[in-house]
Amino acid sequence: MLLIPCPWCGPRDEAEFRYGGQAGVSYPRDPWALDDGAWAEFLFVRDNPKGWFAERWFHTAGCRRWCHVLRDTLDNRIAASGPAGTQLPAPDTGRTGERADAAASDPARSTRGSRA
Amino acid sequence: MSGRRPDWNDPTGVEAPYVGVVFDGRALTARAGEPLSASLLAAGVRTVGTSISTGRPRGVYTADAAEPCAYVRVDSSPGEAMAQATRVETYDGLRAAGLAGYARLPDDREPARADKSWAHCDVLVVGAGPAGLAAALAAARVGARVILADERPHPGGDLLGSRRHIDGTPAAEWIAAALAELHSHPEVRVFTRTTVTGHYDHGEHIALERRPRQDATGNVPDARPRPVSYRLWRIRTRRTVLATGAGERPFAFQGNDRPGVMLAGAAARYAWRYGVLPGRRAVVSGCHDEALWAAVDLHDAGIELAAVADARPAPGTAPVAALRERGVDVLTEHAATRTVATADGVLSDAALAPVDRQGRVAGPDRTFACDLLAVSGGHDPAIALASHTGMRPRWSPPHAAFLPGPLPDATHCVGAAAGTRSADAARAAGHRAGQAAAVAALRTDGTVPAPRAADGTEGQTSEEDGTGDAAGGAPPMALWAVTAPHSDAALTFVDLHRDVTLADLRAAIDAGMTSIEHIKRFTTVGTGPDQGRTSGVLTAGIVAQWLDRSMDQVGGARQRPPVAPVPFAALAGPDRGDLLYPARRTPMHDWHVAHGAVFEDVGQWKRPRYYPRGEEDMRAAVLRECHAAREGVAVLDASTLGKIIVSGHDAPVFLDRIYTGKFSTLRVGRCRYGVMCGADGMVLDDGVAVRLADHSYLVTTTSGNAETVLAWLEEWAQEEWPDLCVHFTHATDHFATVSVVGPRARDVMARIAPDLDVSAEGFPFMTFRDTTVAGVSARVLRVSFTGELTFEIYVSSWYGRAVWEAVMAAGEPHAITPYGTETMHVLRAEKGFIVVGHETDGSVTPIDLGMEWAVSKRKDFVGKRSLSRADTAREDREQLVGLLPDDAGHVLAEGAQLVAGPPGAARNAPTDSSAAWPTPTAPPPRPAPTQGRVTSAYDSAALGRTFGLGLLRGGRERHGERLYAVHLDRIVPVTVTDPVFYDKEGLRRDG
Repeated sequence: MLLIPCPWCGPRDEAEFRYGGQAGVSYPRDPWALDDGAWAEFLFVRDNPKGWFAERWFHTAGCRRWCHVLRDTLDNRIAASGPAGTQLPAPDTGRTGERADAAASDPARSTRGSRA
Repeated sequence: MSGRRPDWNDPTGVEAPYVGVVFDGRALTARAGEPLSASLLAAGVRTVGTSISTGRPRGVYTADAAEPCAYVRVDSSPGEAMAQATRVETYDGLRAAGLAGYARLPDDREPARADKSWAHCDVLVVGAGPAGLAAALAAARVGARVILADERPHPGGDLLGSRRHIDGTPAAEWIAAALAELHSHPEVRVFTRTTVTGHYDHGEHIALERRPRQDATGNVPDARPRPVSYRLWRIRTRRTVLATGAGERPFAFQGNDRPGVMLAGAAARYAWRYGVLPGRRAVVSGCHDEALWAAVDLHDAGIELAAVADARPAPGTAPVAALRERGVDVLTEHAATRTVATADGVLSDAALAPVDRQGRVAGPDRTFACDLLAVSGGHDPAIALASHTGMRPRWSPPHAAFLPGPLPDATHCVGAAAGTRSADAARAAGHRAGQAAAVAALRTDGTVPAPRAADGTEGQTSEEDGTGDAAGGAPPMALWAVTAPHSDAALTFVDLHRDVTLADLRAAIDAGMTSIEHIKRFTTVGTGPDQGRTSGVLTAGIVAQWLDRSMDQVGGARQRPPVAPVPFAALAGPDRGDLLYPARRTPMHDWHVAHGAVFEDVGQWKRPRYYPRGEEDMRAAVLRECHAAREGVAVLDASTLGKIIVSGHDAPVFLDRIYTGKFSTLRVGRCRYGVMCGADGMVLDDGVAVRLADHSYLVTTTSGNAETVLAWLEEWAQEEWPDLCVHFTHATDHFATVSVVGPRARDVMARIAPDLDVSAEGFPFMTFRDTTVAGVSARVLRVSFTGELTFEIYVSSWYGRAVWEAVMAAGEPHAITPYGTETMHVLRAEKGFIVVGHETDGSVTPIDLGMEWAVSKRKDFVGKRSLSRADTAREDREQLVGLLPDDAGHVLAEGAQLVAGPPGAARNAPTDSSAAWPTPTAPPPRPAPTQGRVTSAYDSAALGRTFGLGLLRGGRERHGERLYAVHLDRIVPVTVTDPVFYDKEGLRRDG
């Protein structure tokens, strides 16, 4: 079970949280400006990196705040966390080879409008 | 014959009494607290049980949790269906029996009692041998909170009972001193009989503590008739030091399963740790120095050495000299090649033969009469826990063993688990690791992992592993199977528990398998309750040799949690029966129970489903309850309805964005039905929202869905619109809700709410009033989920029962009838009202449900954009319809598929796809394609017949069409109708 650093409550068991998927995918300001393809991309397509991933967790059984967590999907290391809306920087992995590509991609990248 | 050593002192210093135990109906004398296997050896019991598939006799093979052979059933309470004799601690009155083949769970026995516990520490040390004790001491001295866990009853590991010195001190004294110091640290806890079974992310561990019926000093930890046998620990630590030691590995040869064949280190351990002689006359065969030292130990304990063999050409000079001093010459380049047995299958002779480095017999063998054949093929570091990190072990030729590969920062692995065989070197490595772990743990603030340690794993350098020749030692040799041209592969056992032989491995390889994982699954090698501790690396070695691959290429089978079997009773702990799952009960629950309600689970809620009278079944009760609601007055406990108060300056704007309808225009004091959609336009939840004040709304949700909706509201408020001033209060449990329903409801309300104008004009539909009901401050809503005149009374949950009873009393003249969820469903379905989770499944839009009226055309809301996606706007989407079965007495099955084809008219599949079929005969008929499904179906008192709701492709345009509802092998003709069956004009809501 992960130990998730809630920015308000400190490290807490994963069981206290609800998972919220990729962070930084905002609801488009003007949904009607997007064609069906771009809208579908926003709705259904998310990053699935091997490596650092900014994701959202909701502290249901705690402070009831959504927070952002930067987690390495390979070994579950957590590098940073912050309140909802924070942009978490991709850390220097300090690891070799395989990780470079995952770390280079911006984990907080929004898929919004990528086809618009 | 065997026996006990008269000259022996218990290295734990405990003067345990002798007690009576019964094994297979025979009374034996045991030393309290010793493993049953020791008592059996002392009593001369050679055969403990028989093996699972060949039924061959098996005896004690090891002295610990690796035991593959000696399995017993414990009959004295608390019993155990299957236990290793090496791990059953004896006590006065213990009754056990050897297992013949597989164990059977008794039907009649109460499950063992178990509880659960949580623990937190800075450094968890797993294993209390020299490395673990040193690590725990070092960490404690730094000031860390330490937990030291060891699976045996006494700390000390293999050092306990060892005749060697550590740190210049006799082993037993060093262990005692280390424990004394550990106990003096207030933040150190020592868990014995505790197996850490899993090493997980972020320092989480699961550990199984076994609690003895009685320990060696006669102490009874739990004197209740049903004592707690297990405790499951969840330990969270910042750093982990794995000092899990090593297990002894055998090598394979013909007849290596006979009772009397035992691991050499285990034999020596019985002699010195437990004072029990596992035999009188022994042959020892190994391929490393420690097997020779075990021979020395056996000799000095009083066992005659018939012969000692070493497969290496040049064993260590020191043990060879020690044996020569005792008049024994080591037969080099020799190994055990076969055994001879007595008529009852017990070892009588062992044959030694010259062998080459591959274990092939190179000359004629010689037999030696003996009652103990002590064998050893080396030591396997216990790296199962280390493997849980994803670590891949690597083969070390100088160690002839798999050593742990690089580990994460927070996991240290030291001592024999890292390949260090010398106790002093293990102690030194443990000390360093314990200190480093404590320093790192205390530096960590708990949110961000400490920087990666400069060095990877600890204690793995060869200069400290004690395998060098400085002290007259020689490196071990890898010896797998000793085979002669005439030896029988089907009697050469690799996994003694699973009865897997060389012949089985051969069959797997001949069948084309080369992966160790495939071979494991094909042969079941290593899958027994002993987790293949004695067979895992042996299998890899044999396979590598046969396939001419390196050990790293073959590798070991992946080791996953748990490291040792965990009884289901321990996993369940106290969470069984009523404690299995949290139950939520309304304030009126006891009343429902007293009035014979039949309950159903709605999420965590216990809700009355119906209230049978006399001999009524559900159908009869529900028809009666429905009739009361439609013709008289009935009452529902609606307290489980989710309730969320949305308040703040921007609450109106917020709800406009969340609901499909507009709520900012709702006047204070009025109610409106609302639907929420996901961003994908699919219905998420529905309910009535009430405007309490300009900036405050009460939002109701589907029962059991309040937490989901709350999370949803919080998500939008926090993530998307942090600029809006809005906040949420979860009030589900704060209010009890009594729903008074039916044409006579007004009469009941008039009696209990004297201040309330209950007339249709004075209290119109979809408004609310704050008033007093039954003397209690209440809020009454004029809403309706049944189509009938309804007063929904909200009171503080403390008064729920009192108000409910007041309603019952006031309604008595009108024969007020309590009704449950089943009747509620019938009434709402008659009106075509949907229930989220019945008519919706996350793929249904409000338009599909015919709720255009609830969807605002003028404003945007979450998910609105999705409603015009090509797929969402399709004309032939599944849409809500009513269904009337031809048989007016038949209740359709919910989930039945709606098909167009009549029974038996299923069309055949095209015949041109014959390639997909092995024979040219006609493919089986393809079932008629489904066009939708039944979502709700009931018997209706008001309609005088059964009916249903369903989702049907393009259903809105298909009223009047005839279809078939197919469920399992039942096919029912139905007619598609409008989903509103009752009171289409909505005339009844005002009574």
